[in-house]
Amino acid sequence: MPKRIEIPIGPQHPALKEPENFTLYLEGERVAASNVTLGYNHRGMEKACEMRSYIQCLYLIERTCGICSHSHTTAFITASEEVAQVEIPKRAKYIRVLIGELERVHSHLLWVGVAGHEIGFDSLFMYSWRDREVVMDILAMLTGGRVQYSINTFGGVRRDVTPAQKEQVLKAIDILEERTKYYIDIALTETTMMGRLKNVGGLTHEIAMKYHASGPLARASAVTRDVRKDDPYLVYDELDFNVITNDGCDVFSRVVVRALELMESYKIIRQVLKNMPDGELAVKVPRKVPANEATVRYEAPRGEDIHYVRGNGTEKPERVKLRAPTLANLASITYMLDGGYLADVPIVIAAIDPCFSCTDRAITVKQIDNGREGTLDWNKLREYSIEWYKQRGFDAHKIKLSI
Amino acid sequence: MSNEEKLVSELTQKFPFLSEKCVIVRPRRVTVEVDRDKAIEVFKYLCAEQGFDFLSTIIGLDSGDNLEFIYPVNNIHGMLVNVKIFAPKTDPVIKSTLEVYAGATYYEKELEGMFGVKVDGLPAGRHYPLPENWPQDEHPLLKNWKPKDKELK
Repeated sequence: MPKRIEIPIGPQHPALKEPENFTLYLEGERVAASNVTLGYNHRGMEKACEMRSYIQCLYLIERTCGICSHSHTTAFITASEEVAQVEIPKRAKYIRVLIGELERVHSHLLWVGVAGHEIGFDSLFMYSWRDREVVMDILAMLTGGRVQYSINTFGGVRRDVTPAQKEQVLKAIDILEERTKYYIDIALTETTMMGRLKNVGGLTHEIAMKYHASGPLARASAVTRDVRKDDPYLVYDELDFNVITNDGCDVFSRVVVRALELMESYKIIRQVLKNMPDGELAVKVPRKVPANEATVRYEAPRGEDIHYVRGNGTEKPERVKLRAPTLANLASITYMLDGGYLADVPIVIAAIDPCFSCTDRAITVKQIDNGREGTLDWNKLREYSIEWYKQRGFDAHKIKLSI
Repeated sequence: MSNEEKLVSELTQKFPFLSEKCVIVRPRRVTVEVDRDKAIEVFKYLCAEQGFDFLSTIIGLDSGDNLEFIYPVNNIHGMLVNVKIFAPKTDPVIKSTLEVYAGATYYEKELEGMFGVKVDGLPAGRHYPLPENWPQDEHPLLKNWKPKDKELK
């Protein structure tokens, strides 16, 4: 049996909101086994929520994530409204869906760039992040913030969408749709891209089901689950869209699923803008929320987000529980890493689209080999991975892009 | 008969002890209270026979003398069953659901750290989410636990 080398990656890690630790056991260049350790950045939000009023919790929970901030607040506030037995105005529901889908566009475009970067295709990274600015500007115009939108309030939303703003959103969507078609074309026809991502990070349908994977990761393993369709919240039952799945079960199919989901999001945004009814933005909610409970599921860009709220008749919740999709998806990651090459580790981890932290960008890989110690940071691991593939004939820099 | 009513009637038929314990909260939301010793049996039936093969998380609650655990399991049609089990604080032991729901490891580890419950059948390993050097007898989500450095009124 070849000698095993243990390589710990993390816990300081640029690809994750919560710093995490991946311990890889290598036999030659293959990953023979892997382990995940979590919990380095537990912030005690659930406990903190028990000590705060619902509206204070809302702003705290918005800080769970720097990308799907709207997903978390919408799930939490929808659950709280169900506990308080409040029916919010239809217009507010439409505005929540609009921001939610724009957030998905921003998140998926971000991911396309990250995936490109991890495989050494930096032109794709620069293109998609430039296009992402379009949707970020739209979000800033509608809500006032590029990252923390704070559009939700207890009982509705805080800001209206004016006809002039609608026009601008539609214009932006036209631009983005054209760009996305171009990315889909690259993903589906560029042979080097296929060669690099096909059969990498395999996750079979059975394993995805067994370990409760969710979101685009699961849908790329032919799991037809999308909370928006199965358990519709807000006004998703009135909207026409498709659940995108793919049976490739590898990183390539995750690219395809996310790219095609962008097209569905544009479709939803157009319908929302067309059908948005007139009316109030919010209703008044009593300060004291009755003793009751609610569980709400929300399809965040990365998968199913589940929030549980229990009231106790006071102004503060008795219990708030939130589970972000990355935790559900991490259970599958060791299966995707095992049997693959060290050079594929960056893209396989990136392919579950773990939450990015804007503040924490340090990472160390410690290599222990025959008693010698060396350090391989994330950039070096990336360079190693790009170089490894170059020697085998894949060089993403050679792909020609045209606008 | 709605899907929810059908599920409740089939559940109570299979497990007579569940009559009076099932509540249809709203469309696609059903709550079932199960004795902790019978929970695995019910989970097996829900997973294998009724298609509730997806466990989203496990919610722990400190409700006075008892600890309460809620298992939201859902099926492909978007129906979610909240299976509730209770364990007295004097005997905080529950059985692991890993044999039915293989993805439950982190959720059960979280219960052990946050509520001090012993999950029977959960393999030993690193803690989640509390650090390895966290005091053994401190469980932050219990109501009598207060943050030390900065108490909020």
